[in-house]
Amino acid sequence: MTNSAGSPKDITRRQMLRRIGLTALVAGPAGSMLAACATGGSSSEASPSAAPSAAATSAQNPFGVKADAPLEVVIFKGGLGDSYAKDVHEPMYKKTYPNATIKHVATQQIAQTLQPRFASGDVPDFIANSGTDLMDNGALQSEGQLLDLTPLFEAPSIDDPSKKIKDTILAGTVESGLIAGKPFILNYVSSGYGLWYNTKLFQEKGWAPPKDFTEFKAVCEKIKAAGLTPYAYAGKNASYYQYWMILITAAKVEGNQVLLDIDNLVDGAWLKDSVKQSAAAWAEIGKYIDKSYEGLIHTEVQTRQNQDKVAFYPSGSWLENEQKSNTPKTFEYAVAPTPSLTPSDKMPYEAIRVASGEPYIIPAKAKNTAGALEYARIMLSKEGAKGFTEKSGSLTVVKGAAEGLSLSPGIKSLNDAIGAAGDNIVTYSQFENWYKELETELRKQTNSLMFGRISADEFCANMQKKADSVKADSSITKQNRTV
Amino acid sequence: MRKYGFIFSFLVIPVILYAIFVISPYLQAFYISLTNWRGISANPQFIGFENFTRLLGDDVFWAAVRHHAVLLVAMPLITIAIALFFSFLLNVGGGSKSGKMAGVRGSKFYRVVYFFPQVLAVAVVGVLFQAIYRPDNTGVLNGLLDLVGLGPVGWLIDTNLALWSIMGVIIWQGVGFYVVLFSAGMAAIPSEVFEAAALDGAGRFRLFFSITLPLIWDTIQVGWVYLGIAAFDAFALVQVLSVDRGGPDNATTVLPLEIWRTAFTFSKFGYASAMGVALFFLTITFAALSLRVTRRERIEV
Repeated sequence: MTNSAGSPKDITRRQMLRRIGLTALVAGPAGSMLAACATGGSSSEASPSAAPSAAATSAQNPFGVKADAPLEVVIFKGGLGDSYAKDVHEPMYKKTYPNATIKHVATQQIAQTLQPRFASGDVPDFIANSGTDLMDNGALQSEGQLLDLTPLFEAPSIDDPSKKIKDTILAGTVESGLIAGKPFILNYVSSGYGLWYNTKLFQEKGWAPPKDFTEFKAVCEKIKAAGLTPYAYAGKNASYYQYWMILITAAKVEGNQVLLDIDNLVDGAWLKDSVKQSAAAWAEIGKYIDKSYEGLIHTEVQTRQNQDKVAFYPSGSWLENEQKSNTPKTFEYAVAPTPSLTPSDKMPYEAIRVASGEPYIIPAKAKNTAGALEYARIMLSKEGAKGFTEKSGSLTVVKGAAEGLSLSPGIKSLNDAIGAAGDNIVTYSQFENWYKELETELRKQTNSLMFGRISADEFCANMQKKADSVKADSSITKQNRTV
Repeated sequence: MRKYGFIFSFLVIPVILYAIFVISPYLQAFYISLTNWRGISANPQFIGFENFTRLLGDDVFWAAVRHHAVLLVAMPLITIAIALFFSFLLNVGGGSKSGKMAGVRGSKFYRVVYFFPQVLAVAVVGVLFQAIYRPDNTGVLNGLLDLVGLGPVGWLIDTNLALWSIMGVIIWQGVGFYVVLFSAGMAAIPSEVFEAAALDGAGRFRLFFSITLPLIWDTIQVGWVYLGIAAFDAFALVQVLSVDRGGPDNATTVLPLEIWRTAFTFSKFGYASAMGVALFFLTITFAALSLRVTRRERIEV
């Protein structure tokens, strides 16, 4: 192999295109989707140009952005929409670099859109890698496709150049994006998770959110007697809303260690008592769900909650914003922490899962990595974060960026819950992004458990079996976390 | 010789295109199925038959294969039976009119109506049936059951029912095409044959089983092979309709769906290719068996 003039690179790229194409063809009947991907890849004929000669770095320009280098931003257009990028962050970037052209791409299928481009080497500069069809960040990192974001977190903040960015964002944000010990992911949105309910309805009926599972069952009985479905989630496409609750309860019983063990594929992690007890307790609540909810999608269940047909709905802080246009005047969102299992739980009732989520990544082989880093720095400024919260209704990891904004009832209730929790924070589960196979299995097993087809013991055994097989699979790069 | 040159010049381009776009990808897929390629970088590692040995112990893979077996038997049978019934009614069912066999009244209209589902894109059909199969009484089917006082049926959430519900959609969409196919077959039967039989006092039942069926047997076999190959697909409908893509409890999953998931969700293109190769052999086996059966029938007739 020679290193001359990029020709070997070209050949590889073409080989890769061909390989992607052939996978599509072998899949044969799987047809349209795969084929669409293959075409998506082959249309990118621009040869990978040499990195644009970097401009000099300065306090204002810590990454050496070339002022006229084009920037391509790909945004997952889901619950958060994409106007935060189009109307806030991109104009802010344009203001600093008026000569740069920004290409904005919005999609709901990140993987189908971008996987062929990664294989061919023609990658965009900045990606919101979210949604059901996000790309496997662990796989991307292990193939050297992700840019190490350490320089971003070490860079001076736009608001106060004397501070580093990592000191202006919530604790745990950098850690939540670690792969193999380095930050490759910017988790930008701060999300809280719990049981959502309608304050107005609950006040009218005299119900209160339960503090433990005994109370939970009691209030479910009352709600059932009133003719509502006490509890529901969408089995068809959002069973992860439910497995979060199971994991949170397990963490409340045992502490965050159980979640770390699950992430680290520790032998027997799924067989722990805390997981079993949590699964058994939730299976009991499953008896209050109408069977039909297994066949509904999340927006259908959310709508039924807005119609006061469902009392409790497990979800995250984006729920209120996602339902904004459908919420009637009689409905006011509030969130309650996941109930405690027993009084001897390690964490108090107030403990709540707050996590930085919504992964943003920069491809290592992007043409304008400096511009992408600067774009991320803009997102992490107070102005950028405030604009994001205004447009998307979600809080960011930027400290104090929501100050002065008038928060909606649901977000305000979440803010209060986070305040009450103090240091009792249930951690995020990384395996969801690290090991998609395990995550897929958990979705299936959660539906089976909650709709009464398997017992808590079987649930744990099935999950452990899958975890063992992922651990034994040499093609999957293993990750580890200590915090 | 000049004649062959002429034919050759017409054949060579399609053959080259076929080799480049069909055969060579297949061959490369065989190679990829022997690697642990994750679809992202250009350095797949050769791992021999590991993917295939793993496939043998993969419950989801076998569930998918079982579902193809069910589809392969039930779907063509039901589709062909319904299509034959309809096309017989449309072509012969009305009896003899002024010396020509005719269908039941309004048969031209029905023929168009039966073909409608075929015109719709599969994704549209999927979304349509989401509303029809919805598990509570807001669903079209359950709403109707509700009117007559029957409880809601979990069309897509009952593990015993889900695959059959999806099969129902495939049949609903496919029948129209086979009605047209069989109608063409029946139109090719000389009407004197029917008239002679009718004069001899044969009823519709007799006309169908003793005249129509044997004379369009070849067409039915073609339909059988088409439907068999379709039974190895079902990707789009399962993807759109089933609980959690292939659920509940893997009750509806099919190989193309697992290939798609393994490649694009799990980033395991090597393993997905191994599944693709398995699917390739299943399809080839089916096609070879069908062709053999067909050949024997010809000799007997």
